[in-house]
Amino acid sequence: MDYATLLQILDSTLRLATPLLLACLAGLFSERAGIFDIGLEGKMLMAAMASGAVAFLTGSAWVGLMAGIGASMVLAVIHGLASITFRGNQLISGVALNFLASGITVLVAEDLFGQGGRTPPLEGAARFQALTLPLSGTLSEVPLLGPLYAEVVSGHTALVYVALLTVPLTWWVLFRTRFGLRLRAVGENPESVDTAGISVTRLRYTAVLITGVLCGIAGAYMATALQAGFGREMTAGRGYIALAALIFAKWRPWHALYACLLFGFLQALALRPDVIEAAAGFKVPVPFLDALPYVLTVIVLAGFVGKAIPPRAGGQPYVKER
Amino acid sequence: MSYLKSILGAAATLALASGAALAEPALIFDLGGKFDKSFNEAAFNGAERWKAETGGTYRELEMQSEAQREQALRRLAEAGSNPIVMTGFAFGDVLNKVAPDYPDTKFAIIDMVVDQPNVKSVVFNEHEGSYLVGMMAAMASKTGTVGFVGGMDIPLIRKFACGYAQGVKAVNPDATIIANMTGTTPAAWNDPVKGGELAKAQIAQGADVIYAAAGGTGIGVLQAAADEGKLSIGVDSNQNYLHPGSVLTSMLKRVDNAVYEAFKEGENLQPGVNVMGIANGGVGYALDEHNASLVTEEMKAAVDAAAAKIASGELQVHDYMSDDSCPALSF
Repeated sequence: MDYATLLQILDSTLRLATPLLLACLAGLFSERAGIFDIGLEGKMLMAAMASGAVAFLTGSAWVGLMAGIGASMVLAVIHGLASITFRGNQLISGVALNFLASGITVLVAEDLFGQGGRTPPLEGAARFQALTLPLSGTLSEVPLLGPLYAEVVSGHTALVYVALLTVPLTWWVLFRTRFGLRLRAVGENPESVDTAGISVTRLRYTAVLITGVLCGIAGAYMATALQAGFGREMTAGRGYIALAALIFAKWRPWHALYACLLFGFLQALALRPDVIEAAAGFKVPVPFLDALPYVLTVIVLAGFVGKAIPPRAGGQPYVKER
Repeated sequence: MSYLKSILGAAATLALASGAALAEPALIFDLGGKFDKSFNEAAFNGAERWKAETGGTYRELEMQSEAQREQALRRLAEAGSNPIVMTGFAFGDVLNKVAPDYPDTKFAIIDMVVDQPNVKSVVFNEHEGSYLVGMMAAMASKTGTVGFVGGMDIPLIRKFACGYAQGVKAVNPDATIIANMTGTTPAAWNDPVKGGELAKAQIAQGADVIYAAAGGTGIGVLQAAADEGKLSIGVDSNQNYLHPGSVLTSMLKRVDNAVYEAFKEGENLQPGVNVMGIANGGVGYALDEHNASLVTEEMKAAVDAAAAKIASGELQVHDYMSDDSCPALSF
């Protein structure tokens, strides 16, 4: 494998890891607050449809992004109502929302555009364009690091950088602010938070809404940056891979970045069977690489690489003592 | 219980009797959906053409899940629809089971052979059409490297890839063909993001013409090729208009003709296997105002000459499904 091929794979890795990373951080906020969320996939799908449709109608990718975030937050609120206010089963609510999103996206897109549940192709300002970072032209002359900067780091859409910046932001919010401390506490021991006079309900709703925002960006990224429009079921299970990455990262922001980059790298590698064959010396079946993220997650869950302990109050609705 | 049974039996007989008088044809679309811009939409167009020409009406049904197949077939058959046309290889097993239960109803299945006395199986020589677009790809390519992106890895899609590879090699024996499949599950038909990344990976390896036979995933392939300023080739329906100036051509599979013919024959549908190839207008390539500037006279002449040879039987394109191997491409 030569250097140019490696750069191409890393470039692809970053593009494929971005939706995973956003969804993974979305899940991190929710689960750290004690609300399991299987519905990341549905929220992303909903956001993809809304952003694709609105970006086409208004001609602005940014308005589309806002619409995507809005649509995703609607689902987040429903999940909040079901699992916080009405103390329902969080897993069932999440699965139900996935089904809802799967159906309603195609229905709405078909009704609006009549193109088989697809939104029309986006052009120009209706789609996020690739940004060239400053100095990438001059720095590309520098050996090794220059091309790395110009090819891999530069040349992505704004949302990729937003996703990368969300990682330190998430770390700072969770571990350096009062809000973050309370959020983590509410996922471990809501009673103590309640005793301290802080509303468990409000904290959990805030976490669920942040999940909605991040899933919204992830969906909009797929429909208006990577692709030029929404297609039915276009998230293709990325919400579930993000959940796997979250477990793999043991609910920590920086580790979530590494996990998503690893899973993105595996996906990018699966696109180049020729490279694997040259490197490994024999033909590696592509489905094996597709399955690897799940296999790795099972290994982590089984306790071979340290212990993956979810937030202690996760999945349990909080009932205030009367 | 027996009372209930007799009521149900009477109801069924009634339904059968009343249905037989109507004998509307029916069309069942596969999971891709009626407006998939491709396979199912072509079937819909054929049915609409029949409707416009004859003034008749037809029933239609869109599949929503795998589990509905048998139920849908039985319901239409019991309602007296005749003939019942269905699109997609996935109906094969179910039809094989259902057809003997309704000996007076005629069925037509596209893309699959079902050996029953009341079933007409329409299959296409996709390898022949793919051969033609493969020739065009090789002629349009400047790098000598062309790509193929398939949807789900099934023999039918390998048949596309194999015909394409033979066409490419016929023009340029030294050409490199990069073939990738999107996945091994039905989700591979609807993953434009992965399709786009596959196309970009192939472009990075030097491909400058990419043929997508991948349903909804293909939309992502065509998009990525247009973004990168490369050429792409559409499939099934004419997809030239999706990115004018970037889609070199489309491999046409005249599913619309198959549906139209089946509806026209009506209750007198001839059972048996019907192979639609270049010779009888079943497959071909698309030429319209969107790709006129991309297709040179020389290209057109060469492809038309090859088409004539295939039609006359002078040129044989190897069919992957005949022996599960491909002389021009290894998977």
